[in-house]
Amino acid sequence: MIHAIELADVSRAFGTVVALDHVSLGILPGEFFALLGPSGSGKTTCLRLIAGFDHPDSGRILLDGEEVTDVPPYDRNLNTVFQDYALFPHMTVAENVGYGLRVRGVAATERRRRAAEMLDLVRLGSYGDRRPAQLSGGQRQRVALARALINQPKVLLLDEPLGALDLKLREEMQVELKSLQQRLGITFVFVTHDQGEALSMADRVAVFSQGRVEQIDTPRGLYTRPRTAFVANFVGSANVVDAPAAERLTGRREAFAIRPELIDLLAADAMPAAGTISCRGTLEDVLYHGSSSRCHVRLDASTMLAVARPESGSSVEMPRRGSSVRIAWRPENMVALQAG
Amino acid sequence: MLRPISTFLHGRNAFYASLLLLPPLLWLGTVYLASLFALLLQSFYAIDEFTARIVPELTLRTYGALFTQPANVDIVLRTVLMATAVTVAAAVVAFPLANYMARHAGPKMKALCYVGVMLPMWTSYLVKVYAWRLILAKQGIVSWAVTSLGLGGVLDALLATPVVGGPSLASSYIGMFIVFLYMWLPFMILPLAAALERVPGSLLQASADLGARPGQTFRNIVLPLALPGLAAGSVFTFSLTLGDYIIPSVVGAPGYFIGMMVYQQQGTAGNMPLAAAFSVVPIVLIAIYLSFARRLGAFDAL
Repeated sequence: MIHAIELADVSRAFGTVVALDHVSLGILPGEFFALLGPSGSGKTTCLRLIAGFDHPDSGRILLDGEEVTDVPPYDRNLNTVFQDYALFPHMTVAENVGYGLRVRGVAATERRRRAAEMLDLVRLGSYGDRRPAQLSGGQRQRVALARALINQPKVLLLDEPLGALDLKLREEMQVELKSLQQRLGITFVFVTHDQGEALSMADRVAVFSQGRVEQIDTPRGLYTRPRTAFVANFVGSANVVDAPAAERLTGRREAFAIRPELIDLLAADAMPAAGTISCRGTLEDVLYHGSSSRCHVRLDASTMLAVARPESGSSVEMPRRGSSVRIAWRPENMVALQAG
Repeated sequence: MLRPISTFLHGRNAFYASLLLLPPLLWLGTVYLASLFALLLQSFYAIDEFTARIVPELTLRTYGALFTQPANVDIVLRTVLMATAVTVAAAVVAFPLANYMARHAGPKMKALCYVGVMLPMWTSYLVKVYAWRLILAKQGIVSWAVTSLGLGGVLDALLATPVVGGPSLASSYIGMFIVFLYMWLPFMILPLAAALERVPGSLLQASADLGARPGQTFRNIVLPLALPGLAAGSVFTFSLTLGDYIIPSVVGAPGYFIGMMVYQQQGTAGNMPLAAAFSVVPIVLIAIYLSFARRLGAFDAL
């Protein structure tokens, strides 16, 4: 199968800062693909290279199997939704949306008709005559989306498109983007630093750290089988236990990760179920999250584990802060981690 | 010590605002606006041709003289043409440099460019004008350099051009144009660079992303968004050229310009009403230009 986008051994440095360090990845046609990572991890550089705004120091970029490394952005069959939306302030909303047709020499009447269609698609049909400055953040975001889609690109790149929206709107737009992508059937490449966003929207996620791809997997795969300590920590904030601490807990000198919700919190004198790994510790802190509480249990001077305790279904009363507790987990829930 | 004053001012916003506005309003109101009004009034007086006294009665006779006497009309046209040429040339010359300063230069290079653009303004205006007369003189460095390069014929052909040519660069309209352009160029570069700097880079990327070639991006995005800066810069270059009387009297052909006329009429000739009428011309022209620029949408992006 030909990849919609392929990066082959791509590197890019800015001065002494290595933004991308020999990155290779392939994105399938029609896929909703997320580039996830903290700021400075290289995900945005990666997107800019795909769009053609920047040039790699080495490596190749392919769209649909054709090399585009040296092709300028205006000759690449993909479009971008910018983080700041980048709407042209001196044009109306309809002119903004029709811009991609205008520079391709499409006649004005045809342009207006198709711009109106696109605005209907993003449910802004009556806003064509307004200026971008007269719209709210969410509306601007949808104008940027309509503008990027009017050229019917094979690939849509989205650079933190929900970052500037408030929480409620962000959740609405997540659903909207996902359904739009399924309706249009085009490839979406989505840059985000929000792991929740990546997990809930993407078919597959590439996790970036310090210019490298740590893991490419489905959201479920990332969550249940993180390969490295970074992924385990960044995606769903699992407990990461390094090799020396693991040796003290399990007897095996091998780093592992375990999800807070897969650890049981018991009374200090309770008997752990057969076949579980269990140990004693001190309850240092309890953070209330509504549906669950996050308990920090200190095992020894250097080891602290987070335990998620569901609000309902707990038979035992919450121990007091500072009291002695016992925690237990099933060995099959531990995920062995690679070094690095 | 100042605390009682701050406490008193706190919450008295209108009073505080008027305190801030009073000094500039006094200055502009009395010194500038009042004298401007006096000038306007003068232009509606006329001079008694026998006694050479100003007759303080409202009349359009002075404006009649301004617009019917061919010599006066020539002066206005000559000045406006020169100002237009200087403005257009300044915009063309300034744009690449302003664009480089706003978009491509690193922080150090940018600072260097700003200093370089403003450096000439640290020197006396008169020194620069007289220096240019020497530079452009018949035996000056420009004609020496051009001749040494074997291009003397080109310079001669240029100077042989009717109307704008002359015996030497220093005594032709071409030379005057060069000096005007040099003198007012910073006033075009600075607002233009400021306007270009306010255009987010993502807009240019978005344009390219949507399929626009660099030329299309320039026409559709950069130029319209730089219009406020271009308008501001052109008001400077246009009005400064319209009003200047030193450059035309030191460099260039002997034809009169508005500024020289104002200087002479209110001084040696003692015809204050005509001087006033002449100085109203640039004011009206700038007002027309501004409203025209506004209608074109030059200030929409502000």
